[in-house]
Amino acid sequence: MSEPLAPEPPAGLSPPQPRALAGLGGDWQRLHPLSPLVRAGRGVLTIVVIVLIPTVASRQGSLGNDLAHVGVLVVIFVLGVISWLVTRWRVEGGVLRVESGLIRRTSERFPLSQIQAIDTVRPGLARVFGLTELRIRLASGSGKAGRLAYLTNAEAETLRARLLALSHGVAEAAPASPAPTPEQTLVSVPPGQLFASLLLTGTGLVLELAIVGLLVLAIVAPAVESAAISAGAVGLLGLAVSLFRRFNGDYRLTVTDAPDGLRLRAGLVETSAETIPQGRIQAIRMIEPLAWRPFGWCRLEVDVASQKSKGRQDRNQAKAARALLPVGSREQGALLVAKVFPGLPSERLAPPARARWKSPLRFHYLSCAANERYAVATSGRLQRATDWVPLEKVQSIRLLEGPIQRRLRLSSIHLDTAGRKVHAVLRDRDRMEGMQLLGELPDQCRHARQLEDRSHRSS
Amino acid sequence: MAIEDGVNGEASSWDAPSPRLRVLRHYEVAACTLVALILAVIITVVVDATVAGVTAVIGVILVGAIADVIAGRRVRAWGYAERAEDLLVKRGVMFRRMSVIPYGRMQYVEVTAGPFERAFGLATVQMHTAAAASDARIPGLPAVEAARLRDQLTSLGEAHAMGL
Repeated sequence: MSEPLAPEPPAGLSPPQPRALAGLGGDWQRLHPLSPLVRAGRGVLTIVVIVLIPTVASRQGSLGNDLAHVGVLVVIFVLGVISWLVTRWRVEGGVLRVESGLIRRTSERFPLSQIQAIDTVRPGLARVFGLTELRIRLASGSGKAGRLAYLTNAEAETLRARLLALSHGVAEAAPASPAPTPEQTLVSVPPGQLFASLLLTGTGLVLELAIVGLLVLAIVAPAVESAAISAGAVGLLGLAVSLFRRFNGDYRLTVTDAPDGLRLRAGLVETSAETIPQGRIQAIRMIEPLAWRPFGWCRLEVDVASQKSKGRQDRNQAKAARALLPVGSREQGALLVAKVFPGLPSERLAPPARARWKSPLRFHYLSCAANERYAVATSGRLQRATDWVPLEKVQSIRLLEGPIQRRLRLSSIHLDTAGRKVHAVLRDRDRMEGMQLLGELPDQCRHARQLEDRSHRSS
Repeated sequence: MAIEDGVNGEASSWDAPSPRLRVLRHYEVAACTLVALILAVIITVVVDATVAGVTAVIGVILVGAIADVIAGRRVRAWGYAERAEDLLVKRGVMFRRMSVIPYGRMQYVEVTAGPFERAFGLATVQMHTAAAASDARIPGLPAVEAARLRDQLTSLGEAHAMGL
């Protein structure tokens, strides 16, 4: 099962990196000189192409025009150099400090003791130059991430191992890094299966229908064909790009069981290795779309606590709340769920038969259960969705009764968590049962929290 | 057992918004009805359609009366109870809902008072948790009671505080 994980050599094997270690020793360090280029990435490349190609291609262009183009390039280059010069980091007194900005100087402090996970990200351009971005996630509620973009691969590896060791209280003088514990591979997604599953999603099916339609049109009426293509091209391209993005992001996704949580490695062009800390998961949802059901596939999404998204950095964090398993068999899904939430309730309770009047379609799969640690609810007809919520993460409990439900003596119980997408709804329960749940669940949640606190303190 | 009976038949004594909230809602509905009435009359005069105009005026008054009754029932449906570990809030007539919010999950308490609420000496207290869906709003509390509830919730929240 433990196949070699190509992108990351074990930290212990890489030679000590003098620069990274100097930064750990408290000296200010700069990032890699190519960082601004990689960070600006495609934007700069596009500008260079737009500016350079006309300049080189059309020799008859006036000198002034050429100079203007060169001027733009020089300005971009100087801006890049300045941003590299003013950005620096160091570890001092158990705190990672990152300073950046020339006119609006920002200085960020990341206490090492609060580090929860360090993710590595390598966009396509960074991989060309052998660079890595470190993303440092803190345990505090704000969920703000520190970025060190970019370091060389070996530097990043050393620094990541050392920072993690420091955050776990290993003395700063300790030699290099402790031998990394072997990670057990839980699940890996073959590219073929991922590709097939994407073709069977809603977006994929629409795209395929459109392509088939165009082909038929080309055979039947070639004259209309070109007009139809130009009309639909933009929309089709958008669909294809969104599909490719998912393929790109989840390519060869491997879930391993690391000491501090689940480690996800994936990526075709941009590769990333991120950790989903065990205690931060607010909810898990298993989705089984209709088109996947003949193959017995499912998709797992985890929801981690985070603030509302704003800006680029947070959008990357939103990815942390993405698919734990983009596609996999039900057994794989169940394995992962059991790994994250051990001790789930085994049997499910169906709603009373009269709930069929209120939810005629979803009644078929409607069920829920709760034990002393977790609540689970299944719903949906075309797309069956099962939500698991650990009771210790429940923020508030709501009981709702709509007009139809009241007539049928039914009520729904909502369990709200700090996650952004998933929250469990125990739908259409008998009213007596609903009131009983509303009476018991707050106490159960409190007990679950106390259990959780105690296990934290003892570990 | 109805939703009004509290959780598990436990004799929770529900506190209700101030009766002045009912008066405030009266005025709000009356103001809206008045505006609609004036519009209806103006249109009637301009278009010069007497029968339609009279029908419209009667219709507006009827809608206003129904809205007033509904607003009254909604005010009566609202209640809250401070229990040892959590706050209970119930509301709604058509869609009834009851929320349980543990004090330990509270992130902050918000007290707001709009110009009309202020004129009536009322305020709205809202308790926020890390979950956006949490629904713990209590409108129409007398200003003194709102301040007391705010302080009470804050101190209870600190006592029970826990992380995410």
